[in-house]
Amino acid sequence: MSAALFRGTGMRERVARLALLLALIFAAASAAFAFNPDEVLKDPVLEQRARNLTSQLRCMVCQNQSIDDSNAELARDLRVLVRERLVEGDSDKAVIDYVVSRYGEFVLLKPRLSLRTVLLWGAPIGLTLAGIFAVFIFSRRRASQEQPQKLSADEEERIRNLIEK
Amino acid sequence: MINEIGHYVLVLALGVGLIVSTLPVIGARRNDRALMDVASLGSVLMFLLVAFSFAALTRAYAVSDFSVRNVWENSHSLMPMIYKLTGVWGNHEGSMLLWLLILVFFSALVAAFGRNLPETLKANVLAVQAWISVAFLLFILLTSNPFLRLEPVPAEGQDLNPILQDFGLAIHPPLLYLGYVGFSVCFSFAVAALLEGRIDAAWARWVRPWTLAAWTFLTAGISMGSYWAYYELGWGGWWFWDPVENASFMPWLAGTALLHSALVMEKREALKIWTVLLAIMTFSLSLLGTFLVRSGVLTSVHAFATDPSRGIFILGILTVFIGGAFALFAWRAPSLKAGGLFAPISREGSLVLNNLILTVSTATVLIGTLYPLILETLTGEKISVGAPFFNLTFGLLMIPILLVTPFGPMLAWKRGDLLGAFQRLYVAAALAALAGLTLWYIENGGPVLAALGIAAGFWLIFGAFADLWYRANFGKLAFGIAFRRLKGLPRSAFGTALAHMGLGITVLGIVIVTTFETETVLEMKEGMAAEAGGYSLTFDGVRHAVGPNFTEDRGHFTVRKAGVEVADVWSSKRLYTARRMPTTEAGILTFGLSQLYVSLGDPMADGGMVVRIWWKPFILCIWGGTLFMMAGGFISLSDRRLRVGAPNRKAKPVRAAMPEAAE
Repeated sequence: MSAALFRGTGMRERVARLALLLALIFAAASAAFAFNPDEVLKDPVLEQRARNLTSQLRCMVCQNQSIDDSNAELARDLRVLVRERLVEGDSDKAVIDYVVSRYGEFVLLKPRLSLRTVLLWGAPIGLTLAGIFAVFIFSRRRASQEQPQKLSADEEERIRNLIEK
Repeated sequence: MINEIGHYVLVLALGVGLIVSTLPVIGARRNDRALMDVASLGSVLMFLLVAFSFAALTRAYAVSDFSVRNVWENSHSLMPMIYKLTGVWGNHEGSMLLWLLILVFFSALVAAFGRNLPETLKANVLAVQAWISVAFLLFILLTSNPFLRLEPVPAEGQDLNPILQDFGLAIHPPLLYLGYVGFSVCFSFAVAALLEGRIDAAWARWVRPWTLAAWTFLTAGISMGSYWAYYELGWGGWWFWDPVENASFMPWLAGTALLHSALVMEKREALKIWTVLLAIMTFSLSLLGTFLVRSGVLTSVHAFATDPSRGIFILGILTVFIGGAFALFAWRAPSLKAGGLFAPISREGSLVLNNLILTVSTATVLIGTLYPLILETLTGEKISVGAPFFNLTFGLLMIPILLVTPFGPMLAWKRGDLLGAFQRLYVAAALAALAGLTLWYIENGGPVLAALGIAAGFWLIFGAFADLWYRANFGKLAFGIAFRRLKGLPRSAFGTALAHMGLGITVLGIVIVTTFETETVLEMKEGMAAEAGGYSLTFDGVRHAVGPNFTEDRGHFTVRKAGVEVADVWSSKRLYTARRMPTTEAGILTFGLSQLYVSLGDPMADGGMVVRIWWKPFILCIWGGTLFMMAGGFISLSDRRLRVGAPNRKAKPVRAAMPEAAE
């Protein structure tokens, strides 16, 4: 379960991070792993919606983990909270709005489009367009640079000699 | 004593590095052979010195010399020998030393196998390699010395992080670094070419094998890391879009683009400037990854601010090398002569498209990874960018690349025939569509996206077959003749086909697992059974056991299919005694390409146990596909044309004449 706090495949062995991890592990020691059977809702449709939502919400005390994956107490509370709201009849959007109003935008693993995130969301499209434009401009310029030039009189002469030989 | 020598030789290596950084560059300017020869000798010497230092640290770990602080912090006398040895790089200082070792290893390889390189180019390349080595030697000596001693000597070590006590640690970091650092050679070649202001197809012929080798190792490292995370972390995920993962994925994406653009440059002398830029960008992303992982900036911006010495140092290295290389590029690139022309519909055109999409994907991952850091630094506002964002944006970007990949190898250089390519691919397209439709039918009109994804995977696989089929000219020639032609195809053709096929297999695995995996979470008591993937698992209870440096509770499950016992599996929860750190050791059973994944939770008050069971259909395709990609890489690398250090001598005059011919 400590493993759950230790994500990523890269060079994961940093000492400083370990200290933080250990602190988190002890903080989370009482919880089981992510998502216990007693949390599951009876209605499978509602439960599926709950899972979809919880996989998009960040566990605030973990590193880059959704509350669906996390075993921290706080994540558990939030999972229960999401399910409570759903049972009370909230729409998905209402649940998200409610969670954001309590925990801030930081809780969303997929940030909402706003003035602050416009560069983030615009990047893939903007860069693709910029790339296409750049390729177009470069190829146009190259093509115009490399217009076949007329042969000089001297070259014509040499070719004529070659052909006639 | 040996530890002090280990430290001292690093200082010596720094001295040699400073010489190799300067003299050969001067030599190349003045055409002074003696000065240029310093490069090869010095590079080999640096490798030997760093290798000695690394061996000294390894010795300290092997004999559990706890007077060395680094060993005390990350080892334990009771640990199995394999983990003592791999623990060398299971920590910050040791892993930086491994990074450096691999860097100077690559320099030594260039020195040893670069006999056919133009003298000045070789001298410059090795000098640039030495600049990087010096920077990292300084980093290690000034901020991350692994040989610091402790007084008094502790009796016992603090143990290695249990998650790292796994065979994965033995191979994952070395493979990853071979990839990461391998791109330094491409970077050095690019910078050297800019210094010389000259670049030709021979340059690309030299850069391509290094790119291919680094890419293959990086593929192996990332794939291995993904499988390690999958079985070790205990909740069945295999890719998390964690910043640390992204740090290794970005160089891979850029490296893939470089691999393809270097191909265009080698064959057609086109895309020169772009290839140089990509070579610089790829290694820059490796450096950036090192910064992100090593500086602590990912944990939090504040952690970075409170202990910034290491982070600032790497940031300095980053700024100097990336900034310097880009400045040099801006200054010198316009003087590089552009190469061959091509029509939009051509092999080159398809590779430009490949590069466009891969570069945008790399940038998307980069921006997604850095955006929260930058936003917080600038405005203090905290946002998260996690898996849902990357799945959406990166997923969308991958669609066009999956669709056009099979066309690339079918198009001719310079001017291709799209209609002809269509004609050669329609069987593959039909088969792929059939596969998608079959799935759609079996699942009763089930998820359309999954059907499309499966069709895309098969499209890549059949497309790769079609490529080989038409190259060998099966169908038109008699089978025997075509088969002989197939055997006679250049190995790089097989490499391409295998790698593209591998991509298809990985896509299949990802799509099938994402859509059809099942997860069962329940409380089980002894004798209870649960269903997953058509198998029934009976819980036989928990037994306590003691390992060398841990204690564990092992749960046993008997697996039956249609009432018949087919397998059994242990799944356990461990407690590593030295660090009092618990881990879950998932029980994994493989059936063909699919797996059952069983993980234990906490005991409940009424004597039951929380158990999580996943059925992961075709999950092995994800990593199986990367094996194909690696095989493709190695087979391409063994192509006569690319064999490192053995370019065909006879071809030289032809090569010299080529630039004119290609204009």
